[in-house]
Amino acid sequence: MAEFKKADSMLEWFDQRLGVIKFSKVMMSEYWIPKEINFLWAMGMILAVMFKLLVISGIFLLMYYKPDVNMAFDSVNYTIMQEVAYGWLFRHIHAVGASVVFLVIYIHMFTGIYYGSYKKGREMIWVSGMLLFVLFSAEGFSGYMLPWGQMSYWAAYVITEIFGGIPVIGDELVVWIRGNFYVSDSTLTRFFMLHVLLIPLAIIGAIVFHFYALRFPHVNNESGEFFDYEEESEKYLAGKKKEAKVIPFWPVFLSKDFFVLGFFMLFFFYLVFFHYNFAMDPVNFDKADGLKTPAHIYPEWYFLWSYEVLRGFFFEIAGVSGKDLGLMAFGFANAIFLVLPWLDRSPMVKPANQRPYFKYWFWFLMVDLIVLTVYGKLPPTGANAWVGFASSMTFLVLFIALPFITKAEAKKVGGK
Amino acid sequence: MKEFKILAVIVALVGITYYGIEPYAHHIMHPEVAPADFTFKTLKNVDTSLAGNAENGKVLVEANCIACHAIDKAGHPAIMPNADAAASYGVVPPDLSSSGRIYDKNYLANFIFDPVTAMHLEGKYTPESGKAFPMPAYNWMSPQEIMDIVAYLQSVTPKVTEGKETNKATFEAACGRCHDMKYAGIQATTPKDNLKTYMGATPPDLSQYIKSRGEHYLHSFINDPQVLLHGTSMPRVGLTEKAQEEVIAYMEEIGDSKKAERESLGLWVMLYTFVFAILAYLWKRKIWSEVH
Amino acid sequence: MMDESRRGFIGKAFGAVAAVGGIASLIAMKKTWDPLPSVMSAGFTTVDVSGLEANKLEIAVWRGKPVFILKYTEDMKPTDGRNVKIGDHYFSVMIGLCTHLGCIPAYRNDQKDFKCACHGGEFTDAGVQKFGPPPRPLDIPPFKLDGVTLVLGEEGPEYKAMMAKA
Repeated sequence: MAEFKKADSMLEWFDQRLGVIKFSKVMMSEYWIPKEINFLWAMGMILAVMFKLLVISGIFLLMYYKPDVNMAFDSVNYTIMQEVAYGWLFRHIHAVGASVVFLVIYIHMFTGIYYGSYKKGREMIWVSGMLLFVLFSAEGFSGYMLPWGQMSYWAAYVITEIFGGIPVIGDELVVWIRGNFYVSDSTLTRFFMLHVLLIPLAIIGAIVFHFYALRFPHVNNESGEFFDYEEESEKYLAGKKKEAKVIPFWPVFLSKDFFVLGFFMLFFFYLVFFHYNFAMDPVNFDKADGLKTPAHIYPEWYFLWSYEVLRGFFFEIAGVSGKDLGLMAFGFANAIFLVLPWLDRSPMVKPANQRPYFKYWFWFLMVDLIVLTVYGKLPPTGANAWVGFASSMTFLVLFIALPFITKAEAKKVGGK
Repeated sequence: MKEFKILAVIVALVGITYYGIEPYAHHIMHPEVAPADFTFKTLKNVDTSLAGNAENGKVLVEANCIACHAIDKAGHPAIMPNADAAASYGVVPPDLSSSGRIYDKNYLANFIFDPVTAMHLEGKYTPESGKAFPMPAYNWMSPQEIMDIVAYLQSVTPKVTEGKETNKATFEAACGRCHDMKYAGIQATTPKDNLKTYMGATPPDLSQYIKSRGEHYLHSFINDPQVLLHGTSMPRVGLTEKAQEEVIAYMEEIGDSKKAERESLGLWVMLYTFVFAILAYLWKRKIWSEVH
Repeated sequence: MMDESRRGFIGKAFGAVAAVGGIASLIAMKKTWDPLPSVMSAGFTTVDVSGLEANKLEIAVWRGKPVFILKYTEDMKPTDGRNVKIGDHYFSVMIGLCTHLGCIPAYRNDQKDFKCACHGGEFTDAGVQKFGPPPRPLDIPPFKLDGVTLVLGEEGPEYKAMMAKA
């Protein structure tokens, strides 16, 4: 056993046993972040705070929610919303939080795409981030089922039905997922398990990995510059804070995070208390009815672009049915972001506005995603269906074209 | 400053997306309808300018109406239990004690003259359907007689003070024969089997309708269900604007009882968050002044 | 030349505001754990004692707990301050949970006493502890008399009088 001398202070006592001084340097005061950043760099911390709010509000909802098809709706809309002290507040925070977290995920994700923070050593940060996106999507989907309203039921029905499109095993798979031929109590309880235990554990694991993956390649900066962190951190520690290109995580980076967080919370709480219908859809205040599909049915807003790709193909092409085409396009759309680091054939790490071709690709993608999102909400009739088809095709073409566009760009710039 | 430009871009993109998926999409899915008409001007079968004689009305009501209708406040309790009434008529006939106050005068007069037309249920009670509305039309009465009846009904209505008790009473009188409201402990007075047969479908529980439909929708819907839900079995009920507001107020009391608390706490939380944000900004500025 | 004290002050002020928010959240969370209004609105149980047999223990439920109602025979002697007279008979009305650790004692109608199986405690017919670990007599629930109806959950004059003596 190591020789332990008598400690002079409580800090030294803990340091001898747990290495707290070194730990705090590694995690906080000597964890180096580039100085050349803007407020978009705070989105990661905002996501961490949002996740914390979702877990805590979820814990209190869990005390009163009943995962049973006969009791779920009333346990939410009577017990939690109207009987439990502040139950309504926890529910609003949870529902609005679940919706707003996706807004921040998208901003965070597109910031990464814009600044090229997914390549040249940062691929695992990107991949673990996309994994988090998938996990949050599953978490959102499973959570939405729990209030057992009309939207809960029919969203669950339609999405589980999609798996029927898989060849050979499709039909059996759907019954297996649901635990029954139709969406029923067994479906509710297993999605409750997923939502409360399994997926949150996976998310926590993925967050830890995502944070770990940041350490070696270092967080990107506004100009995409690669510099010597050893050199710059030494400058900072020597007192040359203004010349150094880095800042410590604590207190400098976090102070900016808190400031952005403060104003973000103002926006968030406004939504929680005064403007929440976008996150708590009125249709879901009708109890689930398996014999009545609502006149207007749509997923939560953050799934709309994907939903529109699914239904964008509404006619047969080359012998393949619209339904199957849509399914394949949907699968492609959800997987393709994962491989973005390898689709971008240019080694240039620069913000999009400094990349001659990529900047057009980026803004084209933004517009296309907005069109897909809006049309995903509108009834798919007449002209809307054709806009849906065009924007779905555009999405596919954009990603298929990306390797070629970026290769040409690399040649133009002369490589770097 | 550059960061303001970035913020402006984000706000613009989010704003456009929000506009498309909320106000615009909802406008497409729920187009505006004609505003609610509380004068019931499409009903013109009775000259409502005639002054009604309540005493004569009393005679007419006792001769024609109390065989089926209770008027508890005028000393005419229900003749039979609800279950039996429902079995006889298909639905429990309403007690008329508050009808003079909560139903519009023009509507009441025209209802007595021809119930099916007043309720906008001509589509349901057609000769082909084989269905007959349990209350007969009193179009053989003179307009003066009908106005006398209306005057009498208005005279027996007890005085009410505004408030929760009145809201509940109006709801129960206008809606309670067909609609449950579980969260208020209210069950429809007509038994479910009779109701399903009579209406064709079970009328929904209204506990959360203030949240699923919203005040704006209910304002139009209650006044004339056919406009927003064509073909529905729900009758046009004929509530005055004030009575309708009482019904909606009650629905809000039961369905969204925490509204006042939510709005007041919201202001405090936003004030706190603003203070938090300002201090966070000041702290950030101090820290970053060392590194810029 | 940064003003260390000013930075320190703002930092402390910011920290204090953050702490206030944290405390307010904790208070709200504590309240969320409180029993619901529907639980707190006093539970009442009514029991009609007119049909009860003497020396046969009746168990009613009040707020989820068993309540012993024992009608005395002619020769059973009432204990001052522990029994209530309803009509012509004396009754014991007490919460049927042993005051030691909460098990439900059994009534032995040959010995006219209560025996608790868990740790051997014994109580008289009036619920007074007479042997073993129980530290005090069986608790008497608030009750009110309405003729031959016993209303558990409301404090009637007889109950108040008994509590005053205790």
